[in-house]
Amino acid sequence: MNSVNSGRALPWALVTPALGWTLLFFVLPFVAMAVSSLTAHEGGGFTLSNYSQFFANPSYWQAMVNSLQVTAIVTVISVLLAYPFAWILAEQVPERWQRLALMLAVLPFWTSYVVRSYSWLLVLAQNGVVNRALTGSGLFSEPLQLANTRLATITGFVHFFVMLLTLTIFANLKQLSPSYRKAAADLGAGPLRTFLHVVLPLTLPGIMVGAFLTFVLCIGDYITPQILGGNNELLMPQLVMMQIGRRGDFPLASALSIILMAVVTIAYLACARWLKIERA
Amino acid sequence: MSVNPKTPNPTVRNPLSFLKRYLQGACAAAALLLAAGSLAQAQDLNALIWCDHADPALLQPFEEANGVKVNVKEFEGTGAGLAIVEQSQPGDWDVMVIDSIDIPRGVEKGLFEPLQEDKLPLVDLFPQVKMDSSTVVDGKRYGITEKFGYNTIGYNKTKVDPADMQSLAALTGDKYKGKIAIYDYYLPVIGMAALAIGKKTAELTEADLPAIKEELLKMKANAKLVGEVTASQTALATGEVDILVGGGEWVTAGLAKENPALDFSIPKEGAVLWSQSLAMFKDSKNKDLALKFIQYIMSPEGQARLATSSCYWGMPANSKAALSDEQKKILRFDEQPEFLARALPYPAPNADLDKKMQDVWTEMLQAQ
Repeated sequence: MNSVNSGRALPWALVTPALGWTLLFFVLPFVAMAVSSLTAHEGGGFTLSNYSQFFANPSYWQAMVNSLQVTAIVTVISVLLAYPFAWILAEQVPERWQRLALMLAVLPFWTSYVVRSYSWLLVLAQNGVVNRALTGSGLFSEPLQLANTRLATITGFVHFFVMLLTLTIFANLKQLSPSYRKAAADLGAGPLRTFLHVVLPLTLPGIMVGAFLTFVLCIGDYITPQILGGNNELLMPQLVMMQIGRRGDFPLASALSIILMAVVTIAYLACARWLKIERA
Repeated sequence: MSVNPKTPNPTVRNPLSFLKRYLQGACAAAALLLAAGSLAQAQDLNALIWCDHADPALLQPFEEANGVKVNVKEFEGTGAGLAIVEQSQPGDWDVMVIDSIDIPRGVEKGLFEPLQEDKLPLVDLFPQVKMDSSTVVDGKRYGITEKFGYNTIGYNKTKVDPADMQSLAALTGDKYKGKIAIYDYYLPVIGMAALAIGKKTAELTEADLPAIKEELLKMKANAKLVGEVTASQTALATGEVDILVGGGEWVTAGLAKENPALDFSIPKEGAVLWSQSLAMFKDSKNKDLALKFIQYIMSPEGQARLATSSCYWGMPANSKAALSDEQKKILRFDEQPEFLARALPYPAPNADLDKKMQDVWTEMLQAQ
């Protein structure tokens, strides 16, 4: 009997640190944020006005629309670029060079996020490399406005998330048994058909995991749109930060954050079937 | 022939499972770093500051003279600063840099200690920047202005006609469309928009907001970007834009050596006077040291170092600041009496109007 109890207790004992960590650094802050979002900024007391402001103010609502648009574009472009890249790494690069190739692929991760964003600002600036190349080659007579636009924000995001997606898709491709391709070939499928009907469906979990991570990190990112977007439109994280800067309106910032989190939760539910972590 | 992606496949583990092993090492490393960070804390003078106070050239002389360490934490925006204080234990902080107009907010929260006027060089301050309406509450002084300047028009004089920069109308005309950046802080730029339509910054009401919004939208239509301090400076310095709405000596002076073409004007409609103050916390455990720090910052030497801090330059509040002739020339020190006479105070709205102003600013940012 005792051995049965101790057998049950051991898994709980092992999982307790993780539960404690989650409770301390996720559940408690989340509850505090939820309570704050229901508190009036001036004078305290219960209120729903922080939420109603979001739905009543078209500028606030527009920030969510902007965030969703930018995130969707970034996610789609990143997947389209990362998949072939990961496939080349996994399938075309010799095994002994894959480690080095992967390291080179994620090299930009080693630089600071802020530095990377400012670097893009200089690259896309009026006198930057891109505009010099475009005007120097005679394609355009005047420099284009590339920096401080949505395009610049998307470029900065894609640069970062292509690497992330490459890692998840590469990991998925490497686990794929070669026997699937052989079986498909035995059954008369050509390379394209094998890819579309075997490889792609089996690597869908890798794509979805990467896409979900991209979605979550992108929709919550403040730095990239702030540096590269030129504040010519606001995204949700910028709107949240605006409430804190001078006025210290944490209740409204909390409500906006909860709404943003609700959107992420919806995205999670949509991808949930691909995000289950299996036991090793 | 096709494989159903819903069907679990024993040979293909989820990539999260594949990568999670590597996360364990990362978590352990993060825990070690956190532990190391907590050990690094020292107990001397703890200051909540703006970036200009983080310059070692400013802090080191004080630290060496007093044998202490000044621990600084940078913040941006009074709301963020007060939030840090609220999340701290009483006595954690000794001094704070704060917008002069926001000192009453700190006093209302019971945070600040009255300063002894006889121990401060108040007589040496430019009279217009003493800001007694904000720094003195109920007859007690809670802050002292340490640095000031103007939110006005910063520009590249080789790219624009300096004569045009003598009027705020240049910001909404067609001549410089696409060559303008707007400093991303709603209070001073709303103040400038108010000046452009003939309103006084100290008398703004909710009824003025529609006209101010219209003026802001005209500025936005001409602007290439709306940027915070670094982005604004970068845009002007790299030639991305030629004019910065809300700019002033705080942008142009620090870049004068690299780019002497940058300058600022005080247009005929006026400019907005910004000022930052130092305050001491009521619960400070080092009040004597805190006072010494304030006295050092307000001394001619401290003022010169603060005015020319690597983060941003600004005019020293103390008229006896030990600036070199070249530094005075860059800051246009001798022209200050004229500038101050034409400058209007920073808008200081109540909480309700402040919220409405910020919403107007949000609408301007979202406008396409």
